[in-house]
Amino acid sequence: MATQYVTFTLDGAHYGVDVAKVQEVLRAQRRTPVPLADPDVAGLVNLRGQVVMTVDLRTRLGLPALPAGQEPMMVVAQVAGETVSLLVDEIGDVVEVDTDQFERPPETLVGPMRDLIVGAYKLESGLLLALDVERATA
Amino acid sequence: MEDLDDIVREFLVESYENLDQLDRDLVALEGAPGSRDLLSSVFRTIHTIKGTSGFLAFGRLEKVTHAGENLLVELRDGRRSMDGAMADVLLRLVDTVREILASIDRDGAEGDVPIDGVIDQIRQVQEAGSVAVEPAAAAPTPAVSEAPDVAEAPTLETARPRTVVKRVRVAAARTTVSTVQSTAEVPAPHTPVGSEFVVDDDAWAPIGMEPVATVQLGADDVAAVARAGASALAHDVASAEPAEDDADGRPAPSGAGAAAAAAAGASDSAPEEQSMSRGPVETSIRVDIELLEGLMRQVSELVLTRNQISRLAQDTSDVDLLRSSQRLSLIASELQEGVMKTRMQPIDHVWNKMPRVVRDLAAQCKRQVHLELVGGDTELDRSLLEAVKDPLTHLVRNAVDHGIESPEERLAANKSAKGTLTLRAYHAGGQVLVEVTDDGRGIDAGHVAAKAVERGLRTPDEITKMSTAEVFELLFLPGFSTAQAVTKVSGRGVGMDVVRTKIEAIGGTVDIESEVGRGTTWRLRIPLTLAIMPALTVEHLGELFAVPQVNLLELVALDAQKTATAIEYVGSAPVYRLRGQLLPLVALGEVLGVSSDEVTALRAGDARGGVIAVLQADEQRFGLLVDRVLNTEEIVVKPVATRIKSLGIYTGATLLGDGRVALILDVQAIARRSVRGEAIEFGRAHGADDERAVSDVVQMLVAGIGGGRRVALPLSAVTRLEHIPRDRVELVGGREVIQYREDILPLVRLDRLLGASSTLESDELLVVVYTRGRRSVAMVVEEVIDIMDDDGARHSGIDDLGLTGSTVLKDRVTELLDVAAAVRAADSHFFDDADLELAGV
Repeated sequence: MATQYVTFTLDGAHYGVDVAKVQEVLRAQRRTPVPLADPDVAGLVNLRGQVVMTVDLRTRLGLPALPAGQEPMMVVAQVAGETVSLLVDEIGDVVEVDTDQFERPPETLVGPMRDLIVGAYKLESGLLLALDVERATA
Repeated sequence: MEDLDDIVREFLVESYENLDQLDRDLVALEGAPGSRDLLSSVFRTIHTIKGTSGFLAFGRLEKVTHAGENLLVELRDGRRSMDGAMADVLLRLVDTVREILASIDRDGAEGDVPIDGVIDQIRQVQEAGSVAVEPAAAAPTPAVSEAPDVAEAPTLETARPRTVVKRVRVAAARTTVSTVQSTAEVPAPHTPVGSEFVVDDDAWAPIGMEPVATVQLGADDVAAVARAGASALAHDVASAEPAEDDADGRPAPSGAGAAAAAAAGASDSAPEEQSMSRGPVETSIRVDIELLEGLMRQVSELVLTRNQISRLAQDTSDVDLLRSSQRLSLIASELQEGVMKTRMQPIDHVWNKMPRVVRDLAAQCKRQVHLELVGGDTELDRSLLEAVKDPLTHLVRNAVDHGIESPEERLAANKSAKGTLTLRAYHAGGQVLVEVTDDGRGIDAGHVAAKAVERGLRTPDEITKMSTAEVFELLFLPGFSTAQAVTKVSGRGVGMDVVRTKIEAIGGTVDIESEVGRGTTWRLRIPLTLAIMPALTVEHLGELFAVPQVNLLELVALDAQKTATAIEYVGSAPVYRLRGQLLPLVALGEVLGVSSDEVTALRAGDARGGVIAVLQADEQRFGLLVDRVLNTEEIVVKPVATRIKSLGIYTGATLLGDGRVALILDVQAIARRSVRGEAIEFGRAHGADDERAVSDVVQMLVAGIGGGRRVALPLSAVTRLEHIPRDRVELVGGREVIQYREDILPLVRLDRLLGASSTLESDELLVVVYTRGRRSVAMVVEEVIDIMDDDGARHSGIDDLGLTGSTVLKDRVTELLDVAAAVRAADSHFFDDADLELAGV
């Protein structure tokens, strides 16, 4: 069974989100920080009149912060009825993946990523890590 | 639902509304039995339902309403007057009708709602009442016994009234005394609307003639009055619609003269009533709420766009653009106002139900209650109205059950036997205030306090320090009820806390005033609308926040030179002298955890200066310290992600004119958050004077650490009390730490340190945060027991590891914690920065 994934990079690795969940992809906008929120909440953005929460995926996945001077991109997704924006390094292509390319993450994967990565698709170009958007934004 | 005919649907909606009205009218009628307006209104409602149910072939509904109508005819014709029993049975009729309607709503059919019981009751009232009626009204007594039989005869609707009317008109034309007399008498024995005999010309005269002897008035008078009345009647009837309310055309029976006069009066008023009842139908339409909500959303967007354009236009030299922008601004405002209005409904919609609630409840609790409704036309947003309904009903029930005393008690207290319950609604300061006032026994603060202690909600010590207002606040604690006995009505301990929660959920507040023996007032403050609200935008540390105007009392600008002296301390709590009164200060940055020591910095002469926004939350007044105030504007409340909402400190977000997102602060939550250490601040405020007087007495925070052991630590060592979820405890090496305001806070468990064993299993840890400068440690305790004065003279040297000694506080041996040792156990470098001693702990 083939599914389409929107891909993006984070700290050099490729990640993907089911295309059906993605609403749009944008350049990062000014964010209003939310004091007292968890560290991965990168703030609120104004998306054409809608206030949307932004999650910094690097923080969420326990990766180092984006080097200063680099502008992140936003992947806007629909999660559990709410619109959420995800901060990523760069946007990649939309790729078609097949179920038989899929494999669960290895037991050796620990840390916050363990819960957030559903598994990996073994593509010719490298591994595509499928992100559990629901968990990553909760 | 879908398979219901449109007509039936409309009938249901209309009937539900009518029934609410009926409830109210009947209760009002009970209080003012003579009111013809009310009676007509009641009659019309029942009649309309009866007519339509006949048309829609709802036989049972028709039968019930018909029986009710029969009784009402007697009432309206003055043959009996409204009393309690009759009100009971009529209200029961209303309930039955409601049940049938509900069944129709549900299944599209009438179902098997029992109706015979009600009909029997009505008949009983009719029979019983006919004996008891006053002599004047009882003129046609001989024939009354027939009434019940006739009452059973089902009527053919619409055609019948016209027959009666015609008959009267014929009588009027003849204007002979005997005819008038007979017209007058006809309805007496035959209450029902269209008893058969009326139809038949021959049968009509003889029956009518019989009771002539009972007419007391002179024939001439009667003839004269009757002529006038009848001609007026004839005239009005002719001009009225054929299918008009039949009953209004018929004369009253207490004597021919009176009858004719009544007939004249009735026929005069009939056309008026007709036009009145038709009015609203023609000038109003029903609109789907979804549609209105949609409109509201779009208007919100429009207002935002308008704000953006106005801002852009300000910087332009293009006159045309400026002019268009101003015009747009104006139109958008008007449109906004208009759409808001469509959502506004008078609070009457909720109050409609109250007379019935009060009446039933008063009967149940054996109270006599007079209900007054003031300001029922006060409007508020319909979503809010819906939310207010339950809390308001609860308060009303409470007032009748607990507030107003029994008649005997009231008489003994030199009050009238009948208590007064007043519901008052009015606009004030951009809010709607709704007051529920009773003149009952009032709330005894001492009693409340005793109850709180009994329930273990507060210690006696805490109580003694509380003001009356604070004691009343206890009423809002979950599980609090002062009712002596649990009654069917109230006293089950659910209630006021729910009322408060519900009202706060819509951005409102509840407070209470009470005087023993004089009564109680519950006051709800409700915002006019939720979607758009006036707010103050403030800047703090470069970020923008919106503070609802509703909470704002005033603004005080601090100028950089004066701040050092303007802000003073009570203990460690910064305060500001506002017109001679101490106003506790809360620094926004500290509340939000984005900075610390803001107040200290400010006092140290930080050039930033600042503004104190004096805010009111519930009963609390405090000053929120912010950098700068930008503007007051109408903001549109935007929903935020659940994750952010659940932080409990923002009510939402809004977009400012330049498109930036600003968080809306939940002032209530900030107050609560800053007051979580309420006991501490309280203790400090109260202890401050004593401390100066007797230097040996130190304020101590007493905490339980498990195993029945208590430790005391100087209050001055405590900066905050926090509840930390157990799962937030993390490990660094072998040490436990928590993340706290973006810092890593070492955790020390006092029970382990002192060799006690806490058996408390909970998802939350209670920690005492001790901060000096930039370093903090969190000490885990089981519970905070109290704040007590510790007299150094009573210290004993008995100690152990981690203790400096022991003392007796409130008759309990309490261990004195060696704070420095405890802190070092958590963070061995804690006291390394010697200069931090200056930080003013």
